[in-house]
Amino acid sequence: MTARDEVLARIRTALGPERRPPAPVARDYRTTDDRPLPELLDVLTDRLTDYRATVLRCAPDAIGATVTAALDTALGAGWVPGDVVVAPGVPEGWRPAGCTEDDGRPAVELPAFAASLTGVTLAIAETGTLVLDASPVCGRRALSLLPDLLVCVVTADQVVGSVPEGLARLDPLRPLTLISGPSATSDIELQRVEGVHGPRTLVVVLAGD
Amino acid sequence: MTAVHLGMPKAQRPTLPTAPAGVGNLRGDRPFPAAARDALRDGQLRANLGAATTTIRGKRAGVVAEVPDWAQLREAGRAIKAATMARLDEHLEELERQVTARGGTVHWARDATEANAIVTALVRATGADEVVKVKSMATQEIGLNEALEAAGITALETDLAELIVQLGEDRPSHILVPAIHRNRAEIREIFARTIPGVDPGLTDDPRRLAMAARTHLRERFLRARVAVSGANFAVAETGTLAVVESEGNGRMCLTLPQTLITVMGIEKLVPTWRDLEVFLQLLPRSSTGERMNPYTSLWAGVTPGDGPQEFHLVLLDNGRTAVLADEVGREALHCIRCSACLNVCPVYERAGGHAYGSVYPGPIGAVLSPQLTGMSGDENDPNASLPYASTLCGACYDVCPVAIDIPSMLVHLRGEHVEAQQRTTPEAAAFRALARVMSHPRLWRLAQRAAGLGRFLARGRPTLPAALPPPASAWTRARDLPTPPRETFTQAWAREHGA
Ligand code: SF4
Repeated sequence: MTARDEVLARIRTALGPERRPPAPVARDYRTTDDRPLPELLDVLTDRLTDYRATVLRCAPDAIGATVTAALDTALGAGWVPGDVVVAPGVPEGWRPAGCTEDDGRPAVELPAFAASLTGVTLAIAETGTLVLDASPVCGRRALSLLPDLLVCVVTADQVVGSVPEGLARLDPLRPLTLISGPSATSDIELQRVEGVHGPRTLVVVLAGD
Repeated sequence: MTAVHLGMPKAQRPTLPTAPAGVGNLRGDRPFPAAARDALRDGQLRANLGAATTTIRGKRAGVVAEVPDWAQLREAGRAIKAATMARLDEHLEELERQVTARGGTVHWARDATEANAIVTALVRATGADEVVKVKSMATQEIGLNEALEAAGITALETDLAELIVQLGEDRPSHILVPAIHRNRAEIREIFARTIPGVDPGLTDDPRRLAMAARTHLRERFLRARVAVSGANFAVAETGTLAVVESEGNGRMCLTLPQTLITVMGIEKLVPTWRDLEVFLQLLPRSSTGERMNPYTSLWAGVTPGDGPQEFHLVLLDNGRTAVLADEVGREALHCIRCSACLNVCPVYERAGGHAYGSVYPGPIGAVLSPQLTGMSGDENDPNASLPYASTLCGACYDVCPVAIDIPSMLVHLRGEHVEAQQRTTPEAAAFRALARVMSHPRLWRLAQRAAGLGRFLARGRPTLPAALPPPASAWTRARDLPTPPRETFTQAWAREHGA
């Protein structure tokens, strides 16, 4: 008997010949969040800030300028645009002039970039979570992982209230990365330290009136 | 809470193979009382543990309290897991179909030995002699690192705490924060001694220590060709796997190497994508006390051009089907390894994780390990002592995000153990009578108050003469309670921490 057949046979033996059908799962927890959008944007900002991410709010037509301002602050004056790598689907208007578009180069070359710039597929306010789905605007997974500074642009229409609303809008067949603040550890005396292996700094540009 | 079926004869249940001895890390070498006695003498350990569990309890309580529908989520989590177990074979077959359809390969392992052989062969086939690893309970359980080492393959733990444990040639002591027993000065000493080329001026500032680990591992992530991970969840209907983490070492392992091998216990799956909406709320808040952990990675099979181009999923039994065969004990398979029950357990807080011998410590370990390995009647069987490593105070049940009734299960396993001893001595009969009282935490608390039973137990006085069979009597003798307390432990706990 193969291991597969044996494990399955063991399960059938364990459950016995007269299986009771499983009791239905009551989904009487909250599956929607009716708070108005401005309130959700405030909650998202609050949660992300709590994780020690930086949130910059701006009008939809000021995304490019805000991204540049974020890079000024995080990298200091004199940063080189070519050191910023952007996901291929990031709109022209968000990109700093002279930045490098990710061309699928070997991942080992990505840590040399000072920052990466991506969009998101959605954001969950209640938990302060950004979701990247490896679509062109989010970029491949390594892009938002290896450079030490990650700048993510979120537009107001991408913000949902709760985890159930967020998951319902995602495609489970895509590679998904849920990001809630910068990389962190609490392994040493449970003291939180931001930045272990992922980006040490996370800046979120949140666009909406 | 469910009623406990004490003394259900084992013969009426199918007997399935338990986890084999001699491989993996499910058994200690000494019974709990002996191991705990040493831990109780270690003041540093107790101080580290006490500080850590107090902090994390507070954080968890705060973020759980802000969720108005926590009770409903918890009940949904319990119900989903129960439904999963009821159709486990069908869900696993569906998972296999979905993973295979998306370019992954599914392997089945009857036990630790077989799983280790599968992973070793897969690594060998790539020609690599080094693998990077994401913290995974399943691979610790089967002793994968040791097996790979024996085959000449270096397994590099990349989670900071696991790295501390590995470099310190130590054993993990907590599910979530395996180096919880080490303080910053000890960690600095380990790093200074073991990391090649480490900055000699390294201080014990946690930030500096974390940066030392970042530098040490970064180049290895980039050159790694093979990664080994566990999985927090697998979705049967879509073939999606999930790894929940904080540091980004998981993302490195899941994204950069060419080959990814995921080892997962057969109980880790959920039937539908939608089920994750429950667990992704329950787990982070119960575990690290955060609204959401920094990183969660989800993937289905292979994605061309993004991440590993070869994906293997190893489904591990290793005693799980034996647990499934016990209608009472099977609930232990619902565990999502959040570690909340460890952090509230008065016994864990004092004895520490190592005393449990197994990689699964604390209340969940006390019910899971002896079921995975089986208990013998031999009084030196270390895992047979675990169901007694509890005061049955009920705190573990209260915090468990999937409402596992650990106290009732402990009592059930005590009954099983008495049966395993296969003696109808007066001792066993007396124990059975006592066990019946202990069958419900509320009854147990009443009995403690009414009869001062807890004080007799605490003193280890033979007033309930040898009522507890050998491992338990040793345990009561070993407990570090210098004078008979005026109030029972449960009362004191309730007073200090709220009921
Ligand atoms: S038994 Fe419950 S509380 Fe304990 S680790 Fe498992 S899920 Fe968490």
